[in-house]
Amino acid sequence: MGDYAFNVWSVYVLFALFFAINLFYPLLRRKQILREQKRRQFFQTTAPQGDTAIVGGTPSGPPGDTP
Amino acid sequence: MWPWLQKLGSPRWFYDLTGRWLPWLVACMALLLVVGIVLALLFVPADYQQGNTIRIMYIHVPFASLSMAFFPLMAIAGIITLVWRMKLADMVAKTAAPLGAWFTALALASGSIWGSDIWGTWWIWDGRLTSMLLQLFLLIGVISLRSALEDADAAAKACAVLSIVGCINVFVIKYSVDWWNTLHQPASPISMSSDQPNGPEIWAPLLIMFLAVALFLAVSLILATRNEILVRERRSQWVQDLVREA
Repeated sequence: MGDYAFNVWSVYVLFALFFAINLFYPLLRRKQILREQKRRQFFQTTAPQGDTAIVGGTPSGPPGDTP
Repeated sequence: MWPWLQKLGSPRWFYDLTGRWLPWLVACMALLLVVGIVLALLFVPADYQQGNTIRIMYIHVPFASLSMAFFPLMAIAGIITLVWRMKLADMVAKTAAPLGAWFTALALASGSIWGSDIWGTWWIWDGRLTSMLLQLFLLIGVISLRSALEDADAAAKACAVLSIVGCINVFVIKYSVDWWNTLHQPASPISMSSDQPNGPEIWAPLLIMFLAVALFLAVSLILATRNEILVRERRSQWVQDLVREA
């Protein structure tokens, strides 16, 4: 491509980077979202009711119930 | 509301439908992209004036043309959000803004590199370039506005209004080369004959690349919107079932 080779190739490299980022980032983000949701579901199903206070919720039992 | 419009706006329906479409869209995009790039780099003849820099056109033109589609897309989604309060339309508008900013940035970068060879300058404040830069700033503005407002409903409304207003700039971009005496050239006429300038050996690969980039836009937008659906609909039963199966 003569004197213009660097500029032509740099545009195609930019395109390849842009293409890879915009195509693979949503796929990685999807995996992250699903993992996060799964963890949330796990805690919701396994944690006992009173444990909500530990993660910032309000205690479900009456005051003075805890030892 | 009409039943078909209600169905069209259902995030679950969109998620299921696009899940079936995606493999076909990706296959078509990959095929067109490979054919387009091979033709652009190996088979298109060098221009009699611009030499091999003409090959930059096969990236620059599709991205620059399609970047102008984002504001109309976001404006239509914004109108649907404002009038019918459809959740899916706002999700599409939200995911379109960053993608539009990427498209505009690549169009500006590739045009700047091309200009450095052909015009002898990386940047000039002419009508086309300045209005494209304004589009980039407007898109960044839409993204910032959404993240600045805590109330999601207010953010959706504000972004919808800004997207509708931003459409004015699309007309400025399109007609800037006709209204003002710019360094950027107006649209070139194409010819069906190989003997004339811009014959099929020039525009056919451009058309293929345009279709490939249009499919890339669709695929990227669908992927990002599906993620947004998973986040916003996380409390609905169908998403919880989907997460359990994944």
